[in-house]
Amino acid sequence: METIIEAHGLQKYFGSFHVLKNIDFEIKKGEVVCIIGPSGSGKSTFLRCINQLEQINAGYIAVDGEIAGFRREGNRLFPLPDREIARQRQAVGMVFQKFHLFPHRTVLQNIIEGPVGVQKRPRPECIAEARVLLKRVGLADKADSYPGELSGGQQQRIAIARALAMKPKAMLFDEPTSALDPELVGEVLGVMKELAASGTTMIVVTHEIGFCREVADRVLFMDAGAIVDVGTAAEILENPKNPRVKNFISAVL
Amino acid sequence: MNKPPALDVNSLEIVRPKTIGRRILAGVCIVLLLLLAKAFWEGDIAWNIVSQYLFARPVLAGVGNTIIMTFCAMIVGVVLGVLAAIMRMSDNPVLRNIAIGYVWLFRGAPALLQLLLWFNLALIFPTLGIPGLFSVQTVDVMTPFVAAVLGLGIQQGAYTAEVVRAGILSIDKGQTEAAQSIGMTKLRATLKIVLPQAMRVIVPPIGNETIGMVKLTSLASVIQFPEVLRSVEDIYYVNSRVIELLIVATVWYLIVVTILSIGQFYIERYFSKGWGRRNAPVQQAGNQATVEEAV
Repeated sequence: METIIEAHGLQKYFGSFHVLKNIDFEIKKGEVVCIIGPSGSGKSTFLRCINQLEQINAGYIAVDGEIAGFRREGNRLFPLPDREIARQRQAVGMVFQKFHLFPHRTVLQNIIEGPVGVQKRPRPECIAEARVLLKRVGLADKADSYPGELSGGQQQRIAIARALAMKPKAMLFDEPTSALDPELVGEVLGVMKELAASGTTMIVVTHEIGFCREVADRVLFMDAGAIVDVGTAAEILENPKNPRVKNFISAVL
Repeated sequence: MNKPPALDVNSLEIVRPKTIGRRILAGVCIVLLLLLAKAFWEGDIAWNIVSQYLFARPVLAGVGNTIIMTFCAMIVGVVLGVLAAIMRMSDNPVLRNIAIGYVWLFRGAPALLQLLLWFNLALIFPTLGIPGLFSVQTVDVMTPFVAAVLGLGIQQGAYTAEVVRAGILSIDKGQTEAAQSIGMTKLRATLKIVLPQAMRVIVPPIGNETIGMVKLTSLASVIQFPEVLRSVEDIYYVNSRVIELLIVATVWYLIVVTILSIGQFYIERYFSKGWGRRNAPVQQAGNQATVEEAV
């Protein structure tokens, strides 16, 4: 299986705070990786680095074989211009904790903004695709609503549809259910399970242990900016060997 | 514990509070206003002159010029303001500092002084142009109209820049990130996603400043631009009906400002797309909460 996203020797600082410490990571096509760990362990920052919303200080990330943010000549890396970075970002879809739908645009306009406005694909085709996506996330009747009229769970499903509309090679989920009321979590996880089952490459930062157990091919445990443990869902969640992982799992369950 | 005796709910009546103090205050205010009106009515004002000049041709022409000047200066101001705000928030330190310097300079000097500077530009640059390509006499270009548009518009831009910046800052950073995550460049995200939302916050103060500009155009009378104040001045220099003609100008300023306020209402409604509906249920919930608290 081909590698979609890889990270090597990743270092990231916020000022003097060492957020990511020497992260090595790889995800193959169709794989679902869940990242768990305590708050402030760098999980979200890692996702944001993949999508170049944060800049890394050392190491490199490659998406689909292309180094993120740089052009390589021999051993020298030249930073890419804004326009090129924007192009690279299209390869990965991102779903945010707080949805970040565009409140002044209808649901349909939110979804086609990327394909029509950025990818310059024909509008009728994009609208047709958007309607298929809306059906897929169970909101076919909400095309003309504004985000403010929808519940949190519905907004997050629209945000997933908006990311999918770009036809990304992988999807990143940054705590997609953390801002939701408990009874709305299920509908979003349901959509994500369907995506996983259909072979979407996914990295999910989450606190939903049940979801990890059910869909993750691999679970990463991060703490204090480093990947502490990696394994199958059963290995990490059922009988963790590492004491820190053990503590965390028993605390959240 | 003392249980209060049960009351017959249907027989209860809410008695309206007495408002004697309020009535007395209202009465006093009305009397004072009437006295003021009487004083003006009996004062040495020839109201027939006011009505005679209200629709006089030079006055109407002045009103037209005031409106045209307001719009031209505001267009210059808003364009410069948006540009300066975006430059101010850019990652490029050169652009950022140019924007800071622009706001510092043109917000710092009085508008009247700036008008005079532009109008007298010929004193330092007798000709304008690119050497060898073209060249014009500065006095031919720098008419009162051009000097007023530049002077008022450029100083307005310095204020508008801060208003636009405040509007952009009011939008969650997540909006830019979401736009970037679907492949927009930062500039495109600012123009297509952030600015339209920021307009909700920007429009009320810009409306305020447009109304301010209507009145600020009166400064252009100093450099011979025939706006409404200048027009009435030219008339009262001849017939000496100073107060009457100043009242004519006042009436017209009030009319123009009133019309602009109505226009602002519709513009605000346009830019609150997707927001009104969101705010409605939230407000309802808020009202319910206060009702419950009150109960």
